Amino acid sequence: MSTNTLTPAAPAPAKPTKPWEASISDRIKTAAIFLGSALFTVGLVAVTPLKGKLAYAIVFFIAFVVIDYIYNVVKGGRAAGADSLFRGFVTAAVCLAITPIVSILLTVWVRGHKGVHWTLFTKDMHSNAFQDPANQGGLLHAIIGTFLLVLFAMIISVPIGVLTAIYITEIKGRFTRPIQFLVQAMSGVPSIVAGLFILASIVYPLTKTLNGFEGSLALAILMIPTVARTSQEVLLLIPQDLREAGVALGGTQWRTVIMIVLPAARSGLITAMILGVARVAGETAPILLLAGGNNSVNWNMFHGPMGSLPNYIWQSFGTGTPDSVTRAWAGLLVLLAIVLILFGLARTLGNRKVGK
Amino acid sequence: MTQTPPVTPPKREITTKPRFSDKVFRGVVTGGGLSSLIILGLILGFLLYEGYGTFKSQGFHFITSSNWNAVVDANGLFNAKASTFGIAAMLIGTLVVAVIAVIVGVPISVGAALYLTFYAPQFIRKFMVTAIDLMAAFPSVLFGLWGFFVLESSGEYWAKLLNKYLGWIPIFKLPTPYVQHSPFIAGLVLAIMIIPIVTSVSREVFSQTPLDRIQAAYALGATRWAMIRAVAFPYARSGIVGGVMLGLGRAMGETVAVYTVLNIVYQVNWHILFSAGGNIASMILLKFGEASPQEIKALMAAGLVLFLMTLLVNSAANYIVNRSKSGR
Amino acid sequence: METNTQPNTLSSIASKREVKTAGTQAMGVGLEARGIHAWFGQKHALANVSMDFWPGTVTALIGPSGCGKSTFLRTLNRMHEFIPGAAMAGEVLLNGEDIYAPGTDVTKIRLKVGMVFQKPNPFPSMTIAENVLAGLKLAQLKTANKDELLEECLERAGLWSEVKDRLNTHGGALSGGQQQRLCIARALAVRPQVLLMDEPCSALDPGSTLKIEETISHLSSSVTIVIVTHNMQQAARVSDYTAFFLSDGGPGQMIEAGSTNEIFARPKDQRTENYVTGRFG
Repeated sequence: MSTNTLTPAAPAPAKPTKPWEASISDRIKTAAIFLGSALFTVGLVAVTPLKGKLAYAIVFFIAFVVIDYIYNVVKGGRAAGADSLFRGFVTAAVCLAITPIVSILLTVWVRGHKGVHWTLFTKDMHSNAFQDPANQGGLLHAIIGTFLLVLFAMIISVPIGVLTAIYITEIKGRFTRPIQFLVQAMSGVPSIVAGLFILASIVYPLTKTLNGFEGSLALAILMIPTVARTSQEVLLLIPQDLREAGVALGGTQWRTVIMIVLPAARSGLITAMILGVARVAGETAPILLLAGGNNSVNWNMFHGPMGSLPNYIWQSFGTGTPDSVTRAWAGLLVLLAIVLILFGLARTLGNRKVGK
Repeated sequence: MTQTPPVTPPKREITTKPRFSDKVFRGVVTGGGLSSLIILGLILGFLLYEGYGTFKSQGFHFITSSNWNAVVDANGLFNAKASTFGIAAMLIGTLVVAVIAVIVGVPISVGAALYLTFYAPQFIRKFMVTAIDLMAAFPSVLFGLWGFFVLESSGEYWAKLLNKYLGWIPIFKLPTPYVQHSPFIAGLVLAIMIIPIVTSVSREVFSQTPLDRIQAAYALGATRWAMIRAVAFPYARSGIVGGVMLGLGRAMGETVAVYTVLNIVYQVNWHILFSAGGNIASMILLKFGEASPQEIKALMAAGLVLFLMTLLVNSAANYIVNRSKSGR
Repeated sequence: METNTQPNTLSSIASKREVKTAGTQAMGVGLEARGIHAWFGQKHALANVSMDFWPGTVTALIGPSGCGKSTFLRTLNRMHEFIPGAAMAGEVLLNGEDIYAPGTDVTKIRLKVGMVFQKPNPFPSMTIAENVLAGLKLAQLKTANKDELLEECLERAGLWSEVKDRLNTHGGALSGGQQQRLCIARALAVRPQVLLMDEPCSALDPGSTLKIEETISHLSSSVTIVIVTHNMQQAARVSDYTAFFLSDGGPGQMIEAGSTNEIFARPKDQRTENYVTGRFG
């Protein structure tokens, strides 16, 4: 047995390496397989009656997987071959999952940006029809409507959602598990059912007319589970000793929750709220049943139908002329931009450390 | 040594008399916590109240027949006896599009989750997880319009191919050569819509595979695929089943996207490539506009059926997911 | 250190073992580490370790926590690279070939250099028999007679008589020590040349520890064993060679290696002596 240096070795000029990562020759081989299958694909599609994007995609995928499989079997045996097949499958799966996202974002931008202009944010549709050229009229009423609908939905659902989360994490009573279960069940309620419920419980027996507030109620039902579940996750991250410290200092439970736990979870709770808003801002079905359509700005949530972005998009799309369809895509672009901003905000806040 | 029998002292009860403020606090929070129970109960109650008449007059035919016919007599009065309401066609349509969505969407989602958990380099994983989470926030009307304007043209081409080469399978037959706005395309749109939820549930259960078992497999000379098959799948199986059912629940309740993409025809249609179909939610939206008060009551009954179906599927899914998360 | 006349219990345990050198050295060196360094991100965890592991011997790696001995062990079958941000330098030669050479099939390396972990980790979804044969299934290897192999591996791991009547029950029902021996049997089934053991007894009670130690001494004639242990008595009982690792705040280093006898009776380095005599902080 070779005994090592007895005196500490002089700092060796060893450089950290990662020999397990793909070496240049590995990369070249992969690139070669990739290129080879691409050439094969082009050739095969050229000489056979196969045609179209689909043919290219499928032939390329099969060619790549087969060549890679053969290469790996020769190099490492059947097990390595099976591994390469499966790697091909999961890579294809993730590509298929990402493709629609890219396609949707591109489509909205390409078809929508033509319809976006300044008056969109300053005018409403009370003196224009949907088939008018897309630079006339605007969706001010829809933006204000969506803002009001979501604001009221938020005012109703955030306290309920946060209280539910507090019940689950702080009180831990007899009903904790059933309530957790019910909140999850509630998140699966179809949006149209929420709309029907408000019709059945409020519109038909009581008000008999449609207004914005009824739309907000339906949105609130859809928003509560999102707020409750996200808040619950955030509150569970608050360290237990923070609560114990509060109680040990002689604080009552409610003061501990109000003055220590909730402030510590503040940014997470805001994230929960934003995610809830993003969930319902584009919700269409209950809006169509309840808030009705309105082509003018309406600031009164309790009187008269309320326009909204989903409704504007829906009406424009339903009108069906080229101009109105451009209008619909422009509306979608605005709606998507709002959702994206909210999502980005939630991400930034959510990534902050809880409790700091 | 004197033997004294061990005396167990009576247990002292630890009681805290809650202060008044804490009682109020607990009351308020419990009230808030019970809201989900109250809301679900109210939904059930009101839809049952509105739809009860329809259930009573139609009986089982409501879910077994496919006639939707509101008869108005000469005086303009609703004739409850002659009217028939049955949602069998839409019930089947709901299942057809949801099942297509699951069949197409689940392999993609589970594969993507595996890629993101076990294959992807750090930066790709972060980027793709964000992208897929973002897709969960897309409004359904966006999926609908995208499906109508973009996916439709490709989808028709795929449908024709399927019919050409697999037309001997009954469900791929076409009674007449119309493939526009078929359940197949609606199913594809729904498949894309459920990818985020199924992927995120699968990712969560895959990432909980115990590290020491993963390492044990690798130390035995396993390739990544062998490790996934022997270790990750057995751990994740039930969680994935739950995720799939969550996706199924979502797909069954979708309204606007299906309404936009699908040619809603009130008949039972098993030919998924054929231009006719529908689901309960989109039918409610379709008929709601010009429905008479009695017809609306029938729509409420249909809504109740949809509510119960999704509630059942979702509860089962959540039960399975929760058990697989906490279990073992 | 020759003046250390006080009968040291450890050295007396160690001296009872016969040092295996002569016969085995003729078989050639099986596993050699050459100038191994290891990093976790920016942290230099292990510096410049070179060691030879002779076939048919047991080598114990001892030292305080955080001295890099487990890290070193994991570089020997390329398990080190699973930690994100890990890096290394140096060579590990198995039968004269560098296991880190580009183009090496890492799964084949791990088949030849098996590993037993700190906590027993049988696959819970498999039965006892399936667990033992899991390696064959994972690496898609064929074997002529599965039952024979199953019995042989369980026998060598000292578990056969305890489980032969319930081979088709799940491994989770076994005791901790039995589970660990099941993991040893599992590692043996792919016929490794070297078996790495990362504190295999630290989660077990003394009785089970003793059984595992018996198993180790039975195995040592056919497999090269490298064992990381916190327990110096264990090192003295089971190993032919011992290497002492230490970190002085910087990267872990191997201070001294030699026959177990010498390390415990006549350590050459003051720090080794301090550690083996328990005078170490």
